[in-house]
Order: sequence, then structure tokens, then C-alpha cells
Amino acid sequence: MKRDIIEIRWHGRGGQGAITAAKIVAKSAFESGYRGVVMVPTFGTERRGAPVFTSLKISKEKIYDLSPSQSPNMVVVLDHLLLEEADVTSGLQPGGWLVLNTPKTPEAYRYEGIRIAVADVTSIAGEAGLSKGIVNSGIIGTFAKASQLMDIHVLMRNIEDEFSQSKPHENSRAAFMAYQKTVIGGK
Amino acid sequence: MYTIESGNVAAALGVKLAGAQVIAAYPITPQTPLTEKLSEFIESREMDAQYIPVESEHSALAVCIAASTAGARAFTATSANGLLYMHEQIHWAAGARLPLVMCVVNRGVGAPWTVWNDHQDSISQRDTGWIQMYVCDHQQIVDTVIKAFRLAEAVSIPVMVCYDGYLLSHTYMPFDIPDQKSVDGFLSPYRPEYALDPDKPANFNTVTLPDVRADIHGRMSHGYMEVRYLLQEDMRKAIDVAGDIEKRFKQIFGRGGEPYVESYRCEDAEFIAVSMGSLAYQLRDVVDMLRDEGYKVGIAAIRLYRPFPDQAIAKTLEKAKGVIVFEKALSYGYQGPLCADIQSALYAQSNGRKKRPSVYPYILGLGGREIKTGDLINAVRRVCTETSTDTPDTLGWIGLKI
Repeated sequence: MKRDIIEIRWHGRGGQGAITAAKIVAKSAFESGYRGVVMVPTFGTERRGAPVFTSLKISKEKIYDLSPSQSPNMVVVLDHLLLEEADVTSGLQPGGWLVLNTPKTPEAYRYEGIRIAVADVTSIAGEAGLSKGIVNSGIIGTFAKASQLMDIHVLMRNIEDEFSQSKPHENSRAAFMAYQKTVIGGK
Repeated sequence: MYTIESGNVAAALGVKLAGAQVIAAYPITPQTPLTEKLSEFIESREMDAQYIPVESEHSALAVCIAASTAGARAFTATSANGLLYMHEQIHWAAGARLPLVMCVVNRGVGAPWTVWNDHQDSISQRDTGWIQMYVCDHQQIVDTVIKAFRLAEAVSIPVMVCYDGYLLSHTYMPFDIPDQKSVDGFLSPYRPEYALDPDKPANFNTVTLPDVRADIHGRMSHGYMEVRYLLQEDMRKAIDVAGDIEKRFKQIFGRGGEPYVESYRCEDAEFIAVSMGSLAYQLRDVVDMLRDEGYKVGIAAIRLYRPFPDQAIAKTLEKAKGVIVFEKALSYGYQGPLCADIQSALYAQSNGRKKRPSVYPYILGLGGREIKTGDLINAVRRVCTETSTDTPDTLGWIGLKI
């Protein structure tokens, strides 16, 4: 509700790692000087494959309100097919961002008054050496390009920390490649 | 050192730093990740403790009671129906004066089945003789767990540290992990006055007659009523002890300092909202926004619920015109238990003065019903603009769709 809070809603499928992605961004935001960082997952109904979302709030000052975002500034979608299943853009602020993992171009999406950032994170992840379907590291690169909130290298370091046991460099490379290949459109 | 983790992990870190020696717990949503984390700490030898798996919450607390009776620092955690399954042992732990610490990860109580947050579970255990502390964020979770061990051991009364299920347990935010050396300076190893010892056999808490009587050495022993009188007396004294412990904690760690009521913009407030847990922090934003509109409002977070710090609470609230109590629990057939306690504290402290704040009771968030900040703003603004000065509204419900 407060004006100085940036709200980012992450949509994925249960097991896809949207919460881990939001956590990596949360840690990077805190390191980048945002003292207020709160990540609120959806509660209690997570199932593998089902649509899930998590809210990330970022502010220069401590955040006291933990209630879920009603009107996010950004919506990040790990699987473009979710657009057909869930109302992912619900409440998205005018001029806000839709960040999409999709093989399509921004022009394929018709939304009024919002900006769109797309990358084919699924293919990029394969090129970076990750197993099929790992998209939660790559999408961070697209998020970084759209949001300009924090340095891609800070994000990459936190990706490597998070995945220290499982292809850390492939994961950070996926983010960097997605960052470079992100296409901006919309509005 | 700062980290960004869930509230359950904050609690587990507190238990580890406090050097708990025996953990017995049965998993239940939303408490499960807390006990999983503790079992990981013990498995990886980061924590030197016994993890005793049990088949139920009743047994979990029974194991902790046994461990504490033998002189060990013991910890358990649960939620909702798991807490209620412990109920008989909860009374026992307090009557036996064992300094256990238990995290209650607040969740609504079935039926109907719910896994989401409200405060009915721990509030329904109000009269068991346990100390109850409520926290507003992750920093307070880790800090309060450590303080709880010191308080429990200082007064020989068990402590529940209550934090909101999901809203805090599963939410991630930054918090500072106290360093082990400072914690060791704050919390000495547990040295019980007496403990079970095979070399010196003794009976504890056997049948205690209605009247006092001489023991085999001819010394007069307490009857049941004396034992229970002392629990009440020591509970009341625990208010000051909690205050001293809070001061000491602040000296070492540089934060905290408000053991009873954490008030925000209350000094000149005409209307003060009262709540417990994460909702009290959500109300800070409500207060800021209404202050911007010109309303003189504040929020008081109740941190210690039992023993009830009635004097500190009355002092915070007595000058206000109105007090608005937002509660996630009910005493069915009457009103919110916290609201009744607040009214009682204000009545006792008014010293015959006729002018007391009007108290406006609200129930909200039961079974995880979303609490919208906009709804809170409307509720507080409505009270502020209330023109009638006589009796406040009857019980108000926020977010009800009926």
C-alpha cells in the first residue's frame, strides 16, 4: 500500500522453483541496500504442477505489512502457458512489467498499458548446460533486464550460492544469457 | 550476521543458539519446517542435542517433561490441533514448574479443518499456567526464543513463544543471527535446583492432599492449593523478571527493550489500535497512512500475554479516547479474550475516574482469512470519526462475507 514499496509477483508451477527465484532476488536486493525485503509465498495449497505464486516486496526501509500484493509493479511468469490458466496480470499496475518465459515475441501478447519483457528461458537454459525444464535461474536474467533494480552480477553470485551443489555456473550463465537475449515490448 | 530466511528457520536458529539439549516434536503444518531444521542441525552435528522422534504431540511434551525433570534444557513446537492434543501435559508442565520452551506456530483449530493462521490455538491454552509471548517479525522470533529460555529458567515456569503460521513461519525476511558467544554470555547453562537423580531417588508431583501435611521428616509440606498459589504469585512476579531480562538483552544485543507493549506513535494518540503478532506490524502502515490524513492514532502490540502486564498496558492506553482491539481469537459466546483482558486492565487502573477509553472489539483473520490493509484503515477511521460518545459498537467482524 505504501508508495515506496516495489511489489513483484512470481507465478510458476509447484516444483518449478518460483520461490527459490524470488529468494535469490530477495537476497540480492538486501545486499544492494534495500533494508526492507519480504517474500510471502502462497500458503498451504502448493501441489507439484499446479499454478502457484509468491509475492516479493522490496523497499529502502523495513516493511511492516506482510499482506499479499494486490497491485504489483511487476509480474514474473516462469511458464507462458500459465497465462491461459491463471489471471496472472490481475491487479498489475498501469505501466508495470510483465516478465515472461516464452518462445514467442512481445508482439504476440496484447495487454493494454503495460510493458513486456520476454526471453525463451527454456531453450536458453538448455544452451547453458542445464537439464530440461530448469528455468528459475534463467528467468532472473530477464527480470534483471526489465527491472533495472539490481546489478546482474550480484544476482549471478547469489544464484551460484543458491545452487552451489547443483551446476552453479550453468545456472548463473543461464541468467546472464537470458539477460542479454531479453526482448522488450508492449505499452 | 544477517540472513534472509523463513520464520521457522529463525526459530530453529534461536533454539540452536540457546543450546537446547533435548528436542521432541511431532510434525504438523505450519510448524514442520522448524522441527525439520532442528533435526538437520542435530544430524549434521551443528547442534549437540538429542532428537527424540515420537508418535504424537502428547508424547512429545511428555518426553520434554521427563527430560526437563532430569535437568536437561528441552524444547518442543507444535500448532493447532497438535497443541490441543498436548493439553493435559501442558497443564502438567506448568504445575510441575518445568522451564520448557515451546514454539506455537499459530494456526486455526478444526473443525472445520484449516491449516491457516489465527490465534485460537494458543489463546485457548491461556489458563494453563504457561507464560505466553507473541512476536511480530523474524528478528523477534529468534531473539524471543533465546529470552524465553532465560525467563523460563529464572522463574521455573514454561514459556510458549507464539508466532503466526505462514505469515511469519513461511515468509522470508532479513534478520540478524545473534552470535553464539554473546548468547552464551546472556544465557548460562541450565542448572536446576533439583532434578531426577538415580542416586537420590525421589517422587515428584504425587497425589497432593487438599490440606497441608507433615512429611516423613516432620516438615510441613504444601497442599495442592499452596502449590497453585505459588504458581500464581510467581507468574505475577515473572512480569518484572521479563522486564529485567529484556533490559539485559538490550544491553548485549542492542535491540528490543519493550517486553510488554511495543507501542508505535501512541504518545499523543487519541485512538490506539491493539493487536498481537504480525498483524500489529501491519497496523503500523495503517497508523502512518491515517496520521497523514490527520488522525491521531497509534498501535500497541501486546508482546507478553500471560502473565498479563496489565499496568503497562493500562498506562499505554489510559489517555486515549478510544481503543480498538483487533483479534484473531474468540471466547465463543462472549467476545475476544484479549479485548476482555484490556477492558479489565483499564477498569482496574482507572481508580474511580469515570473517564475511561471506549473499547471497540474487532474479530478478523480467522482460519487465514486475508486481512486487507484497506479494511483496517476503514475500521480505524470509522472509530475515529464516530460521533456518538456512548457505548461502542458490539463485536465487529472484518472481512466477513455472509
